[in-house]
Amino acid sequence: MIRFRTTRRERTEVPRTRSRARTVVALAAAATVAVALPACAQSQRGNEGGAAQSGGTLTFGAAGAPDLFDPFYANDGETFRVSRQIFEGLVGFKPGGSTITPELATDWSSTPDGKTWTFNLRTGVKFQDGTDFNGDAVCANFDRWYNQTGAAQNPALSFYWHDNFGGFADHKEPSLFDSCQAQSPTKAVVKLTRATGKFPSVLAEASFAMQSPTAMKKYDANNIVAAGDSFTYPAYAQSHPTGTGPFVFDGYDKGNGTITLKRNENYWGPKAKLDKLIFRIIPDEKARLQALQAGDIDGYDLPNPADWQTLQQNFNLEIREPFNILYLGFTQKNNPALQDLRVRQALAYAIDRKTLVSSTMPEHAEVAREFYPPSVEGYSPDVQDYPYDPQKARDLLKQANASNLTVNFYWPTEVTRPYMPDPRSIFGAIQANLQAVGVKVNPISKPWNGGYLDDVDNAKADLFLLGWTGDYNSPDNFIGTFFGSLNNRFWLQAAPWGQQLGDALRAADGQPDQATRVAMYQDINRKLMSQYLPGVPIAHAPAAIVVTKKVKGLVPSPITAEEFAPVSISNS
Amino acid sequence: MLSYTVRRLGQLLLVAVALSILLFAWLRSLPGGPVSALLGDRATAQSRAQLTAALGLDQPIPVQYVHFLGRAATGDFGVSTGVQPGDGALTIFLQRFPATIELSVLAIIIAIGAGIPLGYLAARRRGGWMDNASVVGSLVGVAVPVFFLAFLLKFVFAVKLGWLPTSGRQSADLDATRVTGFFVLDGLLTREWDASWDALKHLLLPALALGSIPFAVIFRITRGAVLEVLDEDYVRTAHSKGLTGGTIRRRHVLRNAMLPVVTTIGLQTGALLSGAVLTERVFAYPGIGQALALSFERRDYAVLQIVIIAAALCYVLVNLVVDLSYAVIDPRVRT
Repeated sequence: MIRFRTTRRERTEVPRTRSRARTVVALAAAATVAVALPACAQSQRGNEGGAAQSGGTLTFGAAGAPDLFDPFYANDGETFRVSRQIFEGLVGFKPGGSTITPELATDWSSTPDGKTWTFNLRTGVKFQDGTDFNGDAVCANFDRWYNQTGAAQNPALSFYWHDNFGGFADHKEPSLFDSCQAQSPTKAVVKLTRATGKFPSVLAEASFAMQSPTAMKKYDANNIVAAGDSFTYPAYAQSHPTGTGPFVFDGYDKGNGTITLKRNENYWGPKAKLDKLIFRIIPDEKARLQALQAGDIDGYDLPNPADWQTLQQNFNLEIREPFNILYLGFTQKNNPALQDLRVRQALAYAIDRKTLVSSTMPEHAEVAREFYPPSVEGYSPDVQDYPYDPQKARDLLKQANASNLTVNFYWPTEVTRPYMPDPRSIFGAIQANLQAVGVKVNPISKPWNGGYLDDVDNAKADLFLLGWTGDYNSPDNFIGTFFGSLNNRFWLQAAPWGQQLGDALRAADGQPDQATRVAMYQDINRKLMSQYLPGVPIAHAPAAIVVTKKVKGLVPSPITAEEFAPVSISNS
Repeated sequence: MLSYTVRRLGQLLLVAVALSILLFAWLRSLPGGPVSALLGDRATAQSRAQLTAALGLDQPIPVQYVHFLGRAATGDFGVSTGVQPGDGALTIFLQRFPATIELSVLAIIIAIGAGIPLGYLAARRRGGWMDNASVVGSLVGVAVPVFFLAFLLKFVFAVKLGWLPTSGRQSADLDATRVTGFFVLDGLLTREWDASWDALKHLLLPALALGSIPFAVIFRITRGAVLEVLDEDYVRTAHSKGLTGGTIRRRHVLRNAMLPVVTTIGLQTGALLSGAVLTERVFAYPGIGQALALSFERRDYAVLQIVIIAAALCYVLVNLVVDLSYAVIDPRVRT
């Protein structure tokens, strides 16, 4: 027994002593590290870090990371939401509207042929790097856009230039832009190669904002490189955007998913009321809703219409005027029956758009009668209408010997768009309507980025759901984009009137006289709805933006071009 | 031991190469791709063709893979097109990895800290109220999907009670200094205590959600292992030798019971990434789990590839560490 006890003590106490020694050493080491390490890292907080300031901070939930901060190379809403606060254009959008208003240009005029435009510029404006905004800066921006080379010419980057101005200085494609001349510090003259109805409205687009020529040169703004299967962006686009706007870029904390803007203390106009504007990236819509409810963010864009009613109880839900279009497209490539106008008309009569809009769209959505909203120039009051009439649809199908019509109907999954909040239910409603008049529907659903857009753009569908949110108030931005070329989703090269429609659109866009232009677009709209019918306009759906009741002064914009400069936030 | 370690490290390289080939071919054979994601509903047939050519996606997949290998050899693993456009995939991974490590470490600490003691106590008091309650708790932990638990925790503690933040890694208006990318550590290093505390508060709910399954598994394995060891002859012998209960528990029961538990911890740590995809999504936590989900949604090939390959390598590495730790716990393995 004695032996046992001795052994046990030896076995237990020796390791215990060792263990204690280890513990002491470990604690000493930890303490040393704890004392020594902070000496390696210094806090870089500014004096204002975390402190309460006069105008406060507004945190807005963003649905995704901005592509970059140089708006010229961007085509995504998250980039534009940030860049609109940093930059300004020669013209801007009227708050709450889609028409243009003076911004960095005080006024403008054109020659009767619509090709030469003179802009009188605001005086006393400086870029955020302290350099002057003047005629030279305006022309430096136009020249920069026009002289893009290499990878920067790719439509994934210079999308809005391609879409509106066409080609570049290398003359591979015709360009709308001809030249820019700074006649004085307060006057810039822009020459176009032809007249266009979208000028100068197009300059209100975020992509055509004025950027500091000095900062662009310093941070190599044009140095876009195709690297493997993507592009790399220069320092300017990543972290040095420099405009004239009411907010200054302060930083993008990628580790935390936040973009911070600060008030521009040297802004030429009324200064921003907020000290800081923070965009917090929260990709999941439900997570944005909960962050708002918990008070972690002060607002977010495009809340799900299903949540509108709940949100209206405790928050300010601002519903925008609809400035978009959802349409059912017909691709006339693979199904010869769709080349017959009577068949397309039958499908239009078969769809109960009124019920569809009231049952699948948010409140304030409207049945669309044309391919763009009524607030856009050239909307025609007297186009052919297609009220719900299943019997007429059956008769037309019979007349066209298409009573046994079968269609491949594409609809997208994994997506919601402002014009298409719930693709599944929209598809379901249309499918039921078509089946009710004897059309056999083969449903084909694909993820938005996982084959849907590919197939629709490559004209593989017979019927498809798609839409568009307007960039600015011009019919060319809608129907010019949809039907301007023959090689498109609708496969207009198969239509005998495809070329005629394209020519008419170009002629209308090139008409400098506004009254004549309006008449021309009205005529096109009448023909689109009666003689051509490349698709069925379904709805104009409103989108909303929501903020807490502490936030005041936010004016909802139909083109999602909200400005945060007049916005204030109260602490209570 | 050394040759074994070297051999296992060699396997890592093989796993990486095999995975990169499979992933490369698989991703590019999926419908859709970065062209659709980049151009969206504003694409035209012409712009699609131009972008496809510019990105080299019109070339045969083997040619694209050879180009990829050439670039990867120089440390260029491609550039993001969707998660953080314009940033290198490796940069994005390195930027987000500390976030996921921080989250995973706290999750596994919670799982081990609760799972092992509870498992041990449950086994010691088999059939008692504590045993029954813990077993039911662990069953719930295994059965409830991570995303549901995450939503539930968030709804109760963040939205309703407002005790903890709903999303992100840190409050943006703190203007915290970044040093290592581990936000809790950064706050300690720079003596920005509020930043450290804020980061910890952001971590707590996602870590609880993420740690729920590992907790349940560790608890059950510990309980089972302890019960088995308690019945072993050597424990009876130790008792008959007159050793104290504490010595027997520490040196004979726990030590032997820990072998399967350590294996389980290794497997669970490796599997945390799959849980992190859901948890990070729910809590908008900018780690690699969120990057994985976003990169798939936006067909960001470069980020998708590097995250999956890195996750696989981590899994293999963690299991290597587990195997090596056997030697520490069980002296028989050293020989």
